[in-house]
Amino acid sequence: MATTDQEVRELIKREYEHGFVTEIESDTFEPGLSEDVIRRLSNLKQEPEFMLEWRLKAYRRWLEMEEPEWAHVDYPKVKYNDISYYSAPKRPEDMPQSLDEVDPELLRTYEKLGIPLHERAKLAGVAVDAVFDSVSVATTFKEPLEKAGVIFCPISEALQKYPELVKKYLGSVVPVADNYFAALNSAVFSDGSFVYIPKGVRCPLELSTYFRINAANTGQFERTLIIADEGSYVSYLEGCTAPMRDENQLHAAVVELVLLDDAQIKYSTVQNWYPGDETGKGGIYNFVTKRAACNGKNSKVSWTQVETGSAITWKYPSCILRGDNSVGEFYSVALTHNYQQADTGTKMIHLGKNTRSTVISKGISAGRSSNAYRGLVKFNPGAEGARNFTQCDSLLIGDRCGAHTFPYIESKNKSAIVEHEATTSKVSEEQMFLCRQRGIEPEQAVSMIVNGFCKEVFKELPMEFAVEAGKLLEVSLEGSVG
Amino acid sequence: MLSIKNLHACVEGKQILNGINLEIKAGEVHAIMGPNGSGKSTLSQVLAGNEAFDVTAGEVFLNGDNLLDLATEERAREGVFLAFQYPVEIPGVSNLQFLRTAVNAMRKHHSKEDMNAAEFMKLAKEVSKQVDLDPAFLKRGVNEGFSGGEKKRNEIMQALLLQPKLAILDETDSGLDIDALKVVSDGVNALRAPDRCIIMITHYQRLLDHIVPDYVHVLADGKIIKSGSAELALELEAKGYGWLGIKDEAVANQ
Ligand SMILES: Nc1ncnc2c1ncn2[C@@H]1O[C@H](COP(=O)(O)OP(=O)(O)OP(=O)(O)O)[C@@H](O)[C@H]1O
Ligand SMILES: [Mg+2]
Repeated sequence: MATTDQEVRELIKREYEHGFVTEIESDTFEPGLSEDVIRRLSNLKQEPEFMLEWRLKAYRRWLEMEEPEWAHVDYPKVKYNDISYYSAPKRPEDMPQSLDEVDPELLRTYEKLGIPLHERAKLAGVAVDAVFDSVSVATTFKEPLEKAGVIFCPISEALQKYPELVKKYLGSVVPVADNYFAALNSAVFSDGSFVYIPKGVRCPLELSTYFRINAANTGQFERTLIIADEGSYVSYLEGCTAPMRDENQLHAAVVELVLLDDAQIKYSTVQNWYPGDETGKGGIYNFVTKRAACNGKNSKVSWTQVETGSAITWKYPSCILRGDNSVGEFYSVALTHNYQQADTGTKMIHLGKNTRSTVISKGISAGRSSNAYRGLVKFNPGAEGARNFTQCDSLLIGDRCGAHTFPYIESKNKSAIVEHEATTSKVSEEQMFLCRQRGIEPEQAVSMIVNGFCKEVFKELPMEFAVEAGKLLEVSLEGSVG
Repeated sequence: MLSIKNLHACVEGKQILNGINLEIKAGEVHAIMGPNGSGKSTLSQVLAGNEAFDVTAGEVFLNGDNLLDLATEERAREGVFLAFQYPVEIPGVSNLQFLRTAVNAMRKHHSKEDMNAAEFMKLAKEVSKQVDLDPAFLKRGVNEGFSGGEKKRNEIMQALLLQPKLAILDETDSGLDIDALKVVSDGVNALRAPDRCIIMITHYQRLLDHIVPDYVHVLADGKIIKSGSAELALELEAKGYGWLGIKDEAVANQ
């Protein structure tokens, strides 16, 4: 199975242009946000009536909300009325016509990451003539999925084809007014993924956003909804290691995972948004709400993430452990360099009996960056016999960067047990000397030491993703020594 | 092959090496002995290029290359190898990965292709057997949780893998049980080669029963105060350092 999966991914990489291409009309809204804009957006996407109502409700709540200021990050205010809330994909004539017109620095990075030539063109936004041979990748992976009864499509398509499913679960994990950015996303989200795994089905493939070529066009406000029905299993891979450039500075995605009895979801992210230049200029602000609801008993969700990009990251994948014996896991590597700022962590909300959670967070700071871990572990009165284990390790490279840990624990049940471990270490002179004495380049030595530090998290990633993540750290750490 | 002239070095403003002169020909093994704190490890660190130490005067040539002009990793690739007195741990980085990275860095320097994982595994297993280390150690983090003796055997294993021109072994015999001492000595003897020189820092004559050096030097206060043949070690064993006119407190330390 693993090989099929690998083969398909290879195919996808080769024939990137195939897959789900949703028809989008070619026009772009002028900047600004209003009820009228939302109506036009919903209309343009031919959404069912309930969706428009839902968006409007979110918008009205958003207007009443304040942008949060508590995160350990600093950034100039976003001007929400300067953003265009719908933009059609660029026409080929507006794109760079060949790789010669693309920033050589960007191409150098692609090369180091081992990204195939034609894919580099696509990532750099070069107009590619989509003439490929007739074997459609779409059918290669769509067939086994259809056979298994798995639904995997853009959420806009799901709204047309499966409105009842979407209506039932959308916003059930992240309510429209959950937070400022989630409310904005609910009002204006452009597209994203929808996944439904039926009862008792083990999804035959690792689902990847690679499969959805229009992922690149989902824009600033992406919405993902994954439902794992009773006894089902799915592994979902989000993102890619190539540095993604985007003219949109603000990104506010929402990801909702729903798990019924005995279901399991493994959600892995490698995120590498453009962090800005060495001074942090032009980087992406990434404000994401990701949450899983373990509604069923014995359900299990794992979030694994490797974050190296963005100028600013604000992100707390969380688990609501409602079903008895449900399990939440969070494995995270966040690397910041130059002037990047990251404020990430997780929330584990224990509601059911004997619920268990594990948090392993590895923060790496280099340059003048700042890296904060913020975690909440909460036990409600019903969380009889619940347990949490949290381990937060920070690694500093150089002496101008910072790491902060903010663990919050709230327990309303005496039988609940929390264990917390935190360490801060530096890449030591002795370790560097040992590596260099064995002929290893200082930069390679740092990356090797950092990779070792992240091992516990990397081993949770699917194999190819782990290899890519390792390479990504190496490239991201360039210039961090000497 | 190795030529050290009038080498002076200090660390944090403290002068430690006070004019070392040493000539080593290809194929020779030189033992360096001397009281604690006399500068033996400092000499080895300075030769390997640890930037924590400042060279204030002197020259070091290996096969005509001025080592002092080269960065640590460049010296390593020219064949300088240091077996550490206190090997550090690198958590999470497997010994195998570390060693393969090192071997490939050397190969690259000599315009050779990378060794692939399978080839390397085979080689590493052979060498680990040579120092009686279970190949399971290859999968463990570099020195992570290794016992003192295992760390030392691991250092010798690396020397055997990297095949240096100049191997500096800093107290590779200390903390070893009798069997391990034999294993490590066999490893060092296997390293002896006509195009290689070895500096062996030790406190114990018993190592020199297994590895007979061509010369023995006594280092005190950052200077070589006496040199001789292998018999000198026996004399030191019998008489201590006092008769050489070394300060009493240093002898007491010893
Ligand atoms: N980083 C350092 N900072 C300050 N002093 C140092 C440093 N490194 C070495 N020294 C000092 O230099 C002197 C020589 O130390 P060195 O380690 O070279 O001795 P040695 O001959 O190897 O001793 P031993 O037999 O105990 O291993 C000692 O007094 C030691 O305290
Ligand atoms: Mg010493």
